[in-house]
Amino acid sequence: MKKTEKLHEPVFQIAKRGSMVWYKSWAIRAVAILFALIICALFITFITKTNPLKVYASMIEGTFGSSRKIWNTLQNMALLLCISLAVTPAFKMKFWNIGAEGQTLIGGLASAACMIYFGNKVPEYMLLPMILIAAIVAGMVWGVVPAIFKAKFNTNETLFTLMMNYVAMQLVSFCIVFWENPKDSNTVGVINRGTHSGWLPEIFGQKYLLNIIIVIAITVIMYIYLKYSKQGYEISVVGESENTARYIGINVKRVIIRTMAISGALCGVAGMLLVSGTDHTINTDLVGGMGFTAIMVSWLAKFNPVFMTLTTFLIVFLERGAGEIATKMNLNESVSDILTGIILFFIIGSEFFVQYKVNFRGKHKEEVK
Amino acid sequence: MTNTPAIELKNITKTFGSVVANKNVSLCVNHGEILSVLGENGSGKTTLMNMISGIYFPDEGHIFINGEEVVIRSPKDAFNNKIGMIHQHFKLVDVFSAAQNIILGLDEEKKFDVKSASAKVSEIAARYGFNIDPDKKVYEMSVSEKQTVEIIKVLYRGADILILDEPTAVLTPQETKKLFAILRKMRDDGKAIIIITHKLHEVLSLSDNVAVLRKGEYIGTVKTAETNEAELTEMMVGKKVSLNIERTEVENTCDRLVVKDLHCINREGVNVLSNVSFTARSGEILGIAGIAGSGQRELLEAIAGLQHVENGNITYIDPKTGEEENLKDKTPLQIRDMGVRLSFVPEDRLGMGLVGNMDIVDNMMLRSYRKGKTAFLQRKEPKSLADEIIERLEVVTPSANTPVRRLSGGNVQKVLVGREIASSPTVLMAAYPVRGLDINSSYTIYNLLNEQKKKGVAVIFVGEDLDVLLELCDRIMVLSGGKVSDIADARTITKEEIGLLMTKSQQEEVPENEEN
Amino acid sequence: MFATIINKAIIQGIPLLFGSTGEIITEKSGNLNLGIPGIMYVGGSAGVIGAYLYERAVDTPHPFWCILIPLLASLLGSALAALIYSFLTITLRANQNVTGLALTTFGVGFGDFFGGSLTKIFGNGGSLSVKTTADYFKTALPFADNLGWFGEIFLSYGFLAYLAVIIAIAASWFLNRTRAGLHLRAVGENPATADASGINVTKYKYLATCIGGAIAGLGGLYFIMDYTGGSWTNGGFGDRGWLAIALVIFALWKPNMSILGSFLFGGLYIAYTYISGLSRSSIAIFNMLPYVVTIAVLIITSIRDKKENQPPAALGLPYFREER
Repeated sequence: MKKTEKLHEPVFQIAKRGSMVWYKSWAIRAVAILFALIICALFITFITKTNPLKVYASMIEGTFGSSRKIWNTLQNMALLLCISLAVTPAFKMKFWNIGAEGQTLIGGLASAACMIYFGNKVPEYMLLPMILIAAIVAGMVWGVVPAIFKAKFNTNETLFTLMMNYVAMQLVSFCIVFWENPKDSNTVGVINRGTHSGWLPEIFGQKYLLNIIIVIAITVIMYIYLKYSKQGYEISVVGESENTARYIGINVKRVIIRTMAISGALCGVAGMLLVSGTDHTINTDLVGGMGFTAIMVSWLAKFNPVFMTLTTFLIVFLERGAGEIATKMNLNESVSDILTGIILFFIIGSEFFVQYKVNFRGKHKEEVK
Repeated sequence: MTNTPAIELKNITKTFGSVVANKNVSLCVNHGEILSVLGENGSGKTTLMNMISGIYFPDEGHIFINGEEVVIRSPKDAFNNKIGMIHQHFKLVDVFSAAQNIILGLDEEKKFDVKSASAKVSEIAARYGFNIDPDKKVYEMSVSEKQTVEIIKVLYRGADILILDEPTAVLTPQETKKLFAILRKMRDDGKAIIIITHKLHEVLSLSDNVAVLRKGEYIGTVKTAETNEAELTEMMVGKKVSLNIERTEVENTCDRLVVKDLHCINREGVNVLSNVSFTARSGEILGIAGIAGSGQRELLEAIAGLQHVENGNITYIDPKTGEEENLKDKTPLQIRDMGVRLSFVPEDRLGMGLVGNMDIVDNMMLRSYRKGKTAFLQRKEPKSLADEIIERLEVVTPSANTPVRRLSGGNVQKVLVGREIASSPTVLMAAYPVRGLDINSSYTIYNLLNEQKKKGVAVIFVGEDLDVLLELCDRIMVLSGGKVSDIADARTITKEEIGLLMTKSQQEEVPENEEN
Repeated sequence: MFATIINKAIIQGIPLLFGSTGEIITEKSGNLNLGIPGIMYVGGSAGVIGAYLYERAVDTPHPFWCILIPLLASLLGSALAALIYSFLTITLRANQNVTGLALTTFGVGFGDFFGGSLTKIFGNGGSLSVKTTADYFKTALPFADNLGWFGEIFLSYGFLAYLAVIIAIAASWFLNRTRAGLHLRAVGENPATADASGINVTKYKYLATCIGGAIAGLGGLYFIMDYTGGSWTNGGFGDRGWLAIALVIFALWKPNMSILGSFLFGGLYIAYTYISGLSRSSIAIFNMLPYVVTIAVLIITSIRDKKENQPPAALGLPYFREER
């Protein structure tokens, strides 16, 4: 059976592209998203037997339908973007931190602890900085521990950070036992409901505006940090080639640990925005998978904070839009995960056609998709 | 059977783009015969053997096995023709045992059974006198044991024609001796053996015939018994070719870098440098000649602070103050902070010297990004430096913001050398700076090195083309097996003398003429 | 009571065992498939879909079809999900981590969507239950109730539980004692060497990932048919998929080790209910143990650096011949 291979010439040959004009590569991605949307539409039509155009209309409706919906969309974007920004420096360094979920959760836990133990006891102008610092430190610890082991013993960071997520989750369940309110409900309830102590303040009467402003600031800072700071430059060099990094005298281990500290700290901030700025409570499902989604957001945007706003929007639009369909069509919310999954598959797959060129040999009609 | 050659090549030609790797090469090996293929680095030996083992396909020419013409398209075809190649870089799975590696990829008819495979391995080992434990894991093995596994892997597949690509490069003299004894046994067993090498004494002590290649061309085949070192050296290096590289006299020279008794061990625990001592002087170019892997890379990396030094001293003498600084075991950053202006053009341009995915400007910053007190990068200076280098060295690039990965080899090297020179070094080390470059780019690099020499820089140039070394350098240090064979005046030494020095130290250690 | 604890631990451990055996086979080919949690959801829900459609189609379901249809549906569903991963990472050379996470998003959504809305799509609503089928899946071996502790520990499970152990032992035998197993390990350790030895790297990667996915999917099927008795609760499967990945590390990439590991993890999962006087806070700490132990194993093996206990050397790395 192997003997036939002797005469078998490869039907097509794959070669790395030298370069591609930016609009071409974006066109490829746009086509991929278009394909994905068509597949999604077919899927929804099959399930609900409704006109797919109507479905997309109601997705837009669900995202932008009212000023409250727009605010919610922006708020969701802000939180997802914040975590995506947090994981970006580590990924640029090729450190596969899939523990953003836990780093964010632990940041949220620290915030909640401050709100519970110091709320209504210390003045607000001191409490909020305390919450911020506690969240940052907690997230940082969660990020730095795997980094230290990676730097010292080359411990697999993907698996380590993944496990840390669940340690964080159980730590939260542990704390909930002490904080639960009302008794035996196994939930913490809204913390400081009456006094709003430790809550991020509303500005201009919008409760999410401060979150959004903070994340916009972080986006700008992260963009500048990665592109214009010396540390950001070191991250790029280490990520591209550790040999080159050593050649020019960069301490690779230190960069790994420092970058993960930043990554964890930012996740901590996201945790604070979730607890102190949004939910005002804590539960194990606080982050709701955003830590994983953020990885995809960051990767799809090629680790560029500006593009990340776009990819964040895409994901949030899908989630909120699908949520709307779910309510309208009386389906369950998980439909948004299916749609997100399909679109991600197409975008992930389309990168191949941006990176590689497929040359066909002969007149074979085989299709490569 | 003895009268038909086991393998015969006729007029093989292979080109890669515009580079002719092999031109009209013809070879012939009989059963029960050892042929050495001799040539300098880059003479096309490995390319030729890769065509026999199915990795490349020849552009022109014919291959005959036992008198029949064959087509070898893949390593599998080579196996089927009973050809086995032992590569310089071993292809083994670390966590597998010797036996597991040996049977890997085989589709034998009979039941899968590592134990009976182990028995067969032991049997082969006994027949030829190998020393091997079939159950030992590869990661626990020495280099020579790994080589044994590779050889048995080939024999296990029933190879009659064995090709060994520089098998002694990684072995100690004792291990070499043992390997040669085994190869002679295999020859007596009727196998045809081709061994690629550039070590003359090995050729003389082992082979029956010698085929010589030079710069891709086939020079000829001689009987070992009827030749001598001098004749082979001349065939290998050829007559001196005049390149007309300008060389100025050395002026106002003084010691700049004194290396004394340097001793280094690589990651596998093998001695890569022993007792290396030399002095690099300002205003001269010190050439380093030697067979690839004689310790050139480790030497430069040790000076640059990238290779751990076991013993010895590296002393830098400051040109202004005359103060002495010890560079031993300093990190690159510490060396820089001490005020030592050391520039280094490494062999691996895109893997070490530059970052392929960054543009020219950002690559300029690799050396200088720490400048300035703020936490932010200054792209102004690197940008103007990039523009200057592009203009002055005629780098062909769409813009200074093009990733260097997209530039051609010559232009990549101009960017790298340009950057290293820009920091006005007092010591400039360059490893194979013209490898893969066209003639014009090569001359640009020679001129740059000469310019630095005139400025009073101590230049260390590691090269492979002896003609270039002879015309460009002021003194030439020849390395052989991690030791200094000699340091000679480039204006008086001859090409043949260097050729002999390159193989010197092993020659003393391996007993010659141990025929049978 | 001791027998009950072991019985419960095994029941908890079986889905993890399926998941980790599947993931070990996948990882041995060098693919780190983080989509396994999603695949397990797909496996479970595909089985439920099969069972539901069959139960609806006939008046008196026949036991043979009741077992076979969900089983095949589950295998097919999870193998297809793994095929998506294989196609993206092997043929289209996409990043393994990103692809795996996307697959988990998709798979969990797929499971919860169909598990939760199946009756709405095909029927007239109401909550989903395939109890008839589940009862067949739950049928224990004979004498399970008559032999006291022996029956409880060894005989009281549905056939999938025994299948899980058999598959794990078979996988162990396959990896260590067969030619194809040797080739597969070579692909995960050093694909360039495997390729040079004439092994079809792409074929092995595809097959290992798809078969591994199908095995993992059975974990979802066991959970829904045997553990919950045929009724789907959204999110009910929880984090068991990730725990299965943790188990791979704990078992040091050895399927036979993961049999014991899965029962141990299962035991830790339920131990708190049998230790009297345990507060709810201690329960949380108990649940943390599997992950903490896994981290400890990960750290210790990386410090000891013993080659046999390391992840496959090429794990997570793409392989393209022309970029050698």
